[in-house]
Amino acid sequence: MWHDVRLIAGKDLRIEWRSQVATGQVAPFAILVLVLFGFALDADTVALRTFTGGLYWVTVLFSAVLAIQRSFALESADGNRDALRLSGIEPAAIFFGKATALVVQLVLLEVLLGAGVAVLYGPSVEDFPLLVATAGVATIGVAAAGTLYGVLAAGLRVRETILPILLLPVLAPVLIGATRAFDDALGTVAVNGWNWLALLGLTAVVYVAFGALAFGVLLEDS
Amino acid sequence: MSPAEVTSTGSRGTRVIGSIVLAGIVFHVLLSFVWSDPDADQGDLVRIMYVHVPSAWLAYMAFTVTAFGGVMYLWKRSLWWDLVAGASAEIGVVFCALALVTGSIWGRPTWGTYWEWTDVRIVTTLVLLLLYIGYLAVRRIPADPHQRSRRAAVVGIIAALNIPIVRFSVDWWADRTLHQKATIKLGGTELDGLMLFALFFGLILFTLIYAWMMIHRFRIAWLDEQIDRHGLDAAIAERLAESTSDVTRAVGLTKTGADL
Repeated sequence: MWHDVRLIAGKDLRIEWRSQVATGQVAPFAILVLVLFGFALDADTVALRTFTGGLYWVTVLFSAVLAIQRSFALESADGNRDALRLSGIEPAAIFFGKATALVVQLVLLEVLLGAGVAVLYGPSVEDFPLLVATAGVATIGVAAAGTLYGVLAAGLRVRETILPILLLPVLAPVLIGATRAFDDALGTVAVNGWNWLALLGLTAVVYVAFGALAFGVLLEDS
Repeated sequence: MSPAEVTSTGSRGTRVIGSIVLAGIVFHVLLSFVWSDPDADQGDLVRIMYVHVPSAWLAYMAFTVTAFGGVMYLWKRSLWWDLVAGASAEIGVVFCALALVTGSIWGRPTWGTYWEWTDVRIVTTLVLLLLYIGYLAVRRIPADPHQRSRRAAVVGIIAALNIPIVRFSVDWWADRTLHQKATIKLGGTELDGLMLFALFFGLILFTLIYAWMMIHRFRIAWLDEQIDRHGLDAAIAERLAESTSDVTRAVGLTKTGADL
């Protein structure tokens, strides 16, 4: 199974590496959103610093929607989905493989966004381990839910519009949890970020477990 | 009975429930607006609670049925359960919206604002409404019935799994301010007997309304399904008949030719 997971993840990442869509389009989009927030909040440094956590995670979610769409657009070309189904690879392994590839891409994106936020909004980091742990756990949650809804939307004529409306409400707890934990790590709001991290962990576990179970049901008819 | 022969989704059962509901609505309106007294703190505002609380109750009940229907569909692979889930979600969305609207109308004079971010229940309910609007959107996507059912079942179950997570996260999130307690005005001790009765009567009445709507909505959905299936069968039979008559004619012509 883990061999298959590596195979699928490797395939997705290789395609991304060669096509450069993630680096050429998704990453610039994410930075663009950060800049737009700056305009929307009237370049108010205090406001930007106060809301860094929330703005960061909203940007991550929007960019994740693009990355997820991209991840399943790969499969729709040349009857790839049929090939996946016929490959005999367990659906759960395909789920973990695609989710892993998404996690890798999102983590890279988050590092880039982190640098962008540091330059554009100028927050100060007070608890670096919490920051890193939050980003890791939240990313797993986003990738798991995204992979499940990605395969559901894949192949539909309305896939571009159905994915965000399904995915974003489901990720609301991730947005809340990650934002609060970041607020603590950046010292903007006095909350216990580690508690929020635990909630994020629980959410991620639920999405990963249900995703692995339900992926096969959806792959059947994507 | 084939769908063509059905002229109504009513039956003796639904007519009985419907009659009880109609009488119950009249009784509930009298109870809420005439017989019960205004609240000591909230005055006449409390009367909106007799619609608001049962609406929210109905929505949560409907969404539970949707999730259960989804699980049962995936287990039994029977469209019956899928149609139950779909019918329930539609009713749930309507009453969820009603609960939010009535809550906002109540909130305006009570909190001075239509929307109070620190109130856990309304924020949770709004996320819930959005989740189930997504669910209905998935059901609207044209697809083979079982394909649609599989997708809907998964979305319905995720939405239900999400309810406690959303609830819990919003609870923590809103906890930073302390005036949240203001919303829990309707503690048992503050309500006198008739007010409490009106509230509970509302819950029972709305449960009956749900049952009545569910039966009708389910029957319509079932008929829709039958029309789709029979319609296709009929169209295929028609085409087959056409092509067979073409063949017969062609064969007939050959025969005639041979005879000549």
